[in-house]
Amino acid sequence: MNETVLFYVFGTMAVVASLLVIGQRNPIYSVLLLIASFGALSGLYVLLEAPFVAVIQIIVYAGAIMVLFLFVVMLLNAPHEETEHDERVHPLMQRGPMRFGALLAMALMVELVWALTSGRETGPFGAAAVSSVAALGRSLFGPYAFPFEVTSVLILVAMLGAVVLARRETPDE
Amino acid sequence: MYAAGRVARMTPLLVAQIVLTLFVFVMLLNSAAVMVYVERKVAAMLQQRLGPYLVGPKGLLQPIADVLKLMFKEELRPKAADAFLFALAPILSATCAFAAFAVVPFGAETTFFGLLSEPIKLQVADVNVAILVVFAIASMSVYGIVLAGWSSNSKYSLLGGLRSSAQMISYELSYGLALASVLVMANSLSVTDIVNSQSGTWLGVLPRWFVFIQPVGFLIYMISGIAETNRAPFDFPEAEQELVAGYHTEYSSMSFAMFFLAEYINMVTVSAVATDLFLGGWHGPFLPASLGWIWFLLKVAAILFFYVWMRWTVPRYRYDQLMRFGWKVLLPIAVVNLLVTAAAVLYFNL
Repeated sequence: MNETVLFYVFGTMAVVASLLVIGQRNPIYSVLLLIASFGALSGLYVLLEAPFVAVIQIIVYAGAIMVLFLFVVMLLNAPHEETEHDERVHPLMQRGPMRFGALLAMALMVELVWALTSGRETGPFGAAAVSSVAALGRSLFGPYAFPFEVTSVLILVAMLGAVVLARRETPDE
Repeated sequence: MYAAGRVARMTPLLVAQIVLTLFVFVMLLNSAAVMVYVERKVAAMLQQRLGPYLVGPKGLLQPIADVLKLMFKEELRPKAADAFLFALAPILSATCAFAAFAVVPFGAETTFFGLLSEPIKLQVADVNVAILVVFAIASMSVYGIVLAGWSSNSKYSLLGGLRSSAQMISYELSYGLALASVLVMANSLSVTDIVNSQSGTWLGVLPRWFVFIQPVGFLIYMISGIAETNRAPFDFPEAEQELVAGYHTEYSSMSFAMFFLAEYINMVTVSAVATDLFLGGWHGPFLPASLGWIWFLLKVAAILFFYVWMRWTVPRYRYDQLMRFGWKVLLPIAVVNLLVTAAAVLYFNL
């Protein structure tokens, strides 16, 4: 009973905070709302009897990655998003890479809807397996080693993409 | 009926737990007051001055006078500040400082001289991943400082906040790795288990404290602990000669006091965790286990004195030196230390 109530409290917090993240004009508030959303997710992990994952969620995401985000936002000191130069052209109508990105985003959307509605069982992942640090480590470096390593490659690709996108175009070279 | 009976039976324990929680809260508040006095007195001793001596005997009532003064000061807020975040930042700092101590045990299980039917742990909350909780809350405490720096809308504050975030990211890694090497040795994430694995002595003389097998880990922990709590020689977020007062330049009255409180409570927490992890917690000779908390207090006091001593002895680093030291010296040593520890534990089957 209590757990159901807490589930809805944390779930609502996570969803509302995540929605507000993209609704904010001020990037600092977006960062803070994202941290709040991570906090709510961590609460959900505790309800799933995975205290280790919950704490790691706080340490890695809320404590380390978001500090970096905040650092960059503060360093650039971008106060508010510019709205005057917004041309309001749909990304699909724009040239080159933008259109490709929009297509990829749509593909991701379709995949997510398919994955969430296909109703496949995710398989047993018992409370003992997630709550014990040793068991978690064994499954990360045993049966889940491949997805784990592939994820790190994915993150590397995303980083490269960010560097390429942020690179200043110099006309002479 | 059954439930009512259970509640009735639970009551003495529940009351004891609530009293314990309140006690820890008040003691943390007091520890900050005591630390203010100790810091001023020790600083004066080191500089051949007298320090506070007018208010009360030997100036002992000085912290009370300080708090009264702070309470009666006007609360100021810059016009261009972000009102919500400006108010939130000190609250965040103080909350994190108090919350981190919740999972730190400070004594063996006790019945309070037979007052309770079952023994309770001298700890606010017993979590099985306690040490990671301390680490997580410590990593959240940077937000109070960063947000204070940004929301004040002042250049000095912003620089203080930026320095703080860079410094805390850099030293958190070494801090975590130093903790990890102890976790590997104790084979547990619970602080109580870690303390209990340090009971007894080697050859009947040397206590089995982790500091003797993990001297490097202890050094790394202390150095990054000082950096994490923004104390001299790593007090860059508030370097007064360069940044006026850093992130709390624009704060006055009680909201300033909250930052001050948070800094001292964080020091107490770092010292308490160091005691539990490296110095055997409440284990010590001469005293029965029920009075182990006296040993705990003595050890924490010794580390706190070391903190103050450092501040008034070692000059502040330069900012680039701090960063270079964190990434190029401390982090590699911490990684090697963890690798060697893990290999030794595997090889000797400790």
